[in-house]
Amino acid sequence: MTESAGNKKEDCHAANGVKPGRNGMVKNHHHHHQYQKQEKVYHAACNGELYSRPFMESFEETPMLVAVLTYMGYGILTIFGYLRDFMREWKIEKCHIAREREEQKDFVPLYQDFENFYTRNLYMRIRDSWNRPICSVPGDKFDLVERSSNDYNWTFEYTGRVVKDVINLGSYNYLGFAENTGSCATAAGDVTVRYGVGVASTRQEMGNLNMHEELEKLVASFLGVESAMTFGMGFATNSMNIPALAGKGCLILSDELNHASLVLGARLSGSTIRVFKHNNMQSLEKLLRDAIVHGQPRTHRPWKKILILVEGIYSMEGSIIRLPEVIALKKKYKAYLYLDEAHSIGALGPSGRGVVEYFGLDPKDVDIMMGTFTKSFGAAGGYIGGRKDLIDYLRTHSHSAIYATSMSPPVVEQIITSMKCIMGEDGTTIGRSRIQRLAENTVYFRRRLREMGFIIYGNNDSPVVPMMLYMPAKIGAFGREMLKRNIGVVVVGFPATPIIESRARFCISAAHSKEMLDRALDVISEVGDLLQLKYSRHKVLPSLDRPFDETTYEENEE
Amino acid sequence: MDMKSMREYMGWLYYQYLLITGIYVLEPWEQSIFNTVLCTMVAMVIYTSYVFVPIHVRLALEFFFELVRGQPESTVALMNQR
Repeated sequence: MTESAGNKKEDCHAANGVKPGRNGMVKNHHHHHQYQKQEKVYHAACNGELYSRPFMESFEETPMLVAVLTYMGYGILTIFGYLRDFMREWKIEKCHIAREREEQKDFVPLYQDFENFYTRNLYMRIRDSWNRPICSVPGDKFDLVERSSNDYNWTFEYTGRVVKDVINLGSYNYLGFAENTGSCATAAGDVTVRYGVGVASTRQEMGNLNMHEELEKLVASFLGVESAMTFGMGFATNSMNIPALAGKGCLILSDELNHASLVLGARLSGSTIRVFKHNNMQSLEKLLRDAIVHGQPRTHRPWKKILILVEGIYSMEGSIIRLPEVIALKKKYKAYLYLDEAHSIGALGPSGRGVVEYFGLDPKDVDIMMGTFTKSFGAAGGYIGGRKDLIDYLRTHSHSAIYATSMSPPVVEQIITSMKCIMGEDGTTIGRSRIQRLAENTVYFRRRLREMGFIIYGNNDSPVVPMMLYMPAKIGAFGREMLKRNIGVVVVGFPATPIIESRARFCISAAHSKEMLDRALDVISEVGDLLQLKYSRHKVLPSLDRPFDETTYEENEE
Repeated sequence: MDMKSMREYMGWLYYQYLLITGIYVLEPWEQSIFNTVLCTMVAMVIYTSYVFVPIHVRLALEFFFELVRGQPESTVALMNQR
């Protein structure tokens, strides 16, 4: 038993560490035969016929020394934080941040919890890496307004200079539609001249333009569902529609690392929420079985409905949901699936239809397909697609449909033009070539970063690339050093990630040319050597495709 | 040239020390406080080890050699008694 388990691990390793993933588009001619042989061995050994291509995801373990040093760094900064708080309390130093008024001092303190402590003493010191003002289109390059601070980031002044042509590795511009020239921009301009910019009403009253109807039909045909509905804001789509779908007496099973909009929507609905481990199908199955066997908490009545909330691509981890397994579980236990494709629509799949097409599944299996237009379409807003009766119900019962202003006409036109471009209906092959270029860029960028020795999380095919930094000082240092070399990146720290796992998150775009990526990679390597960020020891935990049993732990012990 | 590259290397090492301990984000006076405290503690450790380590090592060696020398003496004494 252990011997076959050992062999399986070797095969998984071989496919995992060496060959790049394929998004249905990239052709590796000289690796083709070898890869075919390994591919057959890999998926015959793992998980039956659910996956049509290898699912290669890795989350390398934090090196022990790095973890210890990170905790030490946070400890030292906490001590200095207490020192500064003491000085502010005793008026030795002027306090710049919000504090309670004199009259409130005898009440329950407002700003004493760890989050406020962290904001005052750690976030403020490195705050210049966030909220940087941009003064051009955030395409592949952008212009930055330079600012400086005299009092250690409490206030900023503009120096008057504009830093030009900073390479953009932070915008969610996956297909490069964030541009101010081209057919989308001209169409949006024409529509502004015809319809104006404001709609001045909600969808239900006077805000239902013929463009909205056209957009909804187009979205439904793009996704392959019966009907779709669009909303003005992606966050509001999640938080205002989940309460309409689930209520008291329902059970929501949500992934550990779901976005704040999904969590807010689940909480607003008033259902019971249970959380399963990130992308872990065994945990989800256990929760489903427990829910069906035991029913509601005290009365043991069956749940009215069970709704599983997952995302297509998780933007902080770069991981892709194991959709074939989720759908198999959903069908077996008769639950409903809500799939949030905010980052994966337009970015995955041979023709950009998202994670459902990436795995080769039927869109009708997913009950509610939600997504946003912010990332791949260069606009703003969200949509929900599904069966016609579901969408008709949402039209009347969703808070967002009744109370929120409808989408602005130029935004609608941008979505219509870009979606037609992706589908190929405007008669050009621009959409196809962009999707292909995104896939190539993703595979190339991830492979090069991994070879350089950085720790990269996530699936080989996801265009979101989180690179681990770990130590608190390196968060600020990385952002600043990259900007000095004219590259704009997004660094993420504590509240959005676990405290020691801070990271820099790169978003690859189809607008990036290979020269830009090469330049960016050289600079990242240089900064990585300067800051000693190349932590990887190439000891990758293989993602298990078979259920956990007694031999699993023995395998990891080796 | 060697002095210059040596100084650059020392500068890079100091930068790594700033990054790893997290001092990099602090204001200069806070960095000075931390550096002073750390250097004081390191100086005290070095002084204590300079004063006490030779004596401790000598005493430990004496103790172990005493054990080894004591052993053949006692077996010789036993044989002589019989």
